[in-house]
Amino acid sequence: MSGPASPVVQDRSGFVVELEQFSGPLDLLLHLIHEDELDITDLPIAKIADQFLAVINELGLNQAADYLEMAARLLRIKAQMLLPRRLGDDEWEDPRAELVRRLLEYQQIRELVEWLGQAAARRAEQLGRGFRPEPPAAPPAPLVIELNDLLAAAERVIALIPEPVLHRVVPRPLDVEGATAKLQALLAERAEFGWLDVVGARPTLIDVLSVFIALLELAKRGSLSVHQAGAFTPIQIRRESPRDAV
Amino acid sequence: MSPLATLFEAALFASSRPLTVEELRTLEPTAGEGAVHAALAELRDAFAAADHGVELVEIAQGWQFLTRREYAEAIERAQFALRPRRLSPAALETLAIIAYRQPVGRSEVDEIRGVDSGAVIDKLAERGLVEVVTRGEGLGRPLLYGTTPQFLEILGLKDLDELPRLEELSVALRPPAPAEPE
Repeated sequence: MSGPASPVVQDRSGFVVELEQFSGPLDLLLHLIHEDELDITDLPIAKIADQFLAVINELGLNQAADYLEMAARLLRIKAQMLLPRRLGDDEWEDPRAELVRRLLEYQQIRELVEWLGQAAARRAEQLGRGFRPEPPAAPPAPLVIELNDLLAAAERVIALIPEPVLHRVVPRPLDVEGATAKLQALLAERAEFGWLDVVGARPTLIDVLSVFIALLELAKRGSLSVHQAGAFTPIQIRRESPRDAV
Repeated sequence: MSPLATLFEAALFASSRPLTVEELRTLEPTAGEGAVHAALAELRDAFAAADHGVELVEIAQGWQFLTRREYAEAIERAQFALRPRRLSPAALETLAIIAYRQPVGRSEVDEIRGVDSGAVIDKLAERGLVEVVTRGEGLGRPLLYGTTPQFLEILGLKDLDELPRLEELSVALRPPAPAEPE
């Protein structure tokens, strides 16, 4: 079925057919026949079948059942034409006869369509009474609403919004200065002391952080040194003689 | 003009669709059919003779006042009225088949067009251009369709006899150089 495309179609460079142009497979067939000025009553069925298949392939019409049915019909007739027939066989019936009959009938319909279209166009030039134009699409009417209703509606909508999962940012300023002062006071008093001596028995998170930063700062300055025997063991703080204090 | 002609003028003016001779006769039951036809002809000639923007037209097995063709464009441009929607080729094909084969069933329309026509027929019926006229013999007693007066009206035809005869048509509109069958 999907042999090489017919050279006839390949020859027509830029031959484009639009699907909307055709109201069905018979219309497409008639178009192909007229295009090539073929004799409808002595149809070269092999040629027309190949062209039909090539066109519906090009058009991507493969989904359209009506076109596929016609394609199958054409191929069947093509096969029947190839069968040998005995000489003097009066019983032989042209397998194309039914298709030709339908095409002629359809061609007549197309001519009638032409006539009817012209009659309708001519009739449309005359208007009867009470012929009202179709109303244009009306713009949406302005909303009539009380402010309170609007606010209530807004609240109802807002209430439906799920609580957003956000981190609440609370200002908790670290008291590094206070911690520094405390450490310096302890250093003045003792040469060595423990971590817990600075922060107390129940330090808050803020206390811990403040003291830790102050501790690092003073260590950097050389006021003290920090010692730890091992991981997670108590921190010991020793006074250092300030070196080159500027 | 005769009193009968002016009476018809009033009735036809008031109507937005063609009025049949039978309908017009109900206005004056004592008038014979000949008198009705004479009055209508008188009215039509009176409008044709004087310069008028409208004319009395015989259409869809009746009579109707219609605007003259030359004013269609101006009226449409001013949007006082719109021309009716154009029919698609598929709709015209289906109408042609139903007009010539009526009463005709869907399967026959499908067969002639080579495509399923159910949706097109439904649309035409919705627009009042075709209607179910009877049921056929055979399996499922299929609905058979025919054309309506509305069909004649949109084509500006007096009756179905004004459609071209098939023999005339295929000669008149025959495509170039088709070979004659032997």
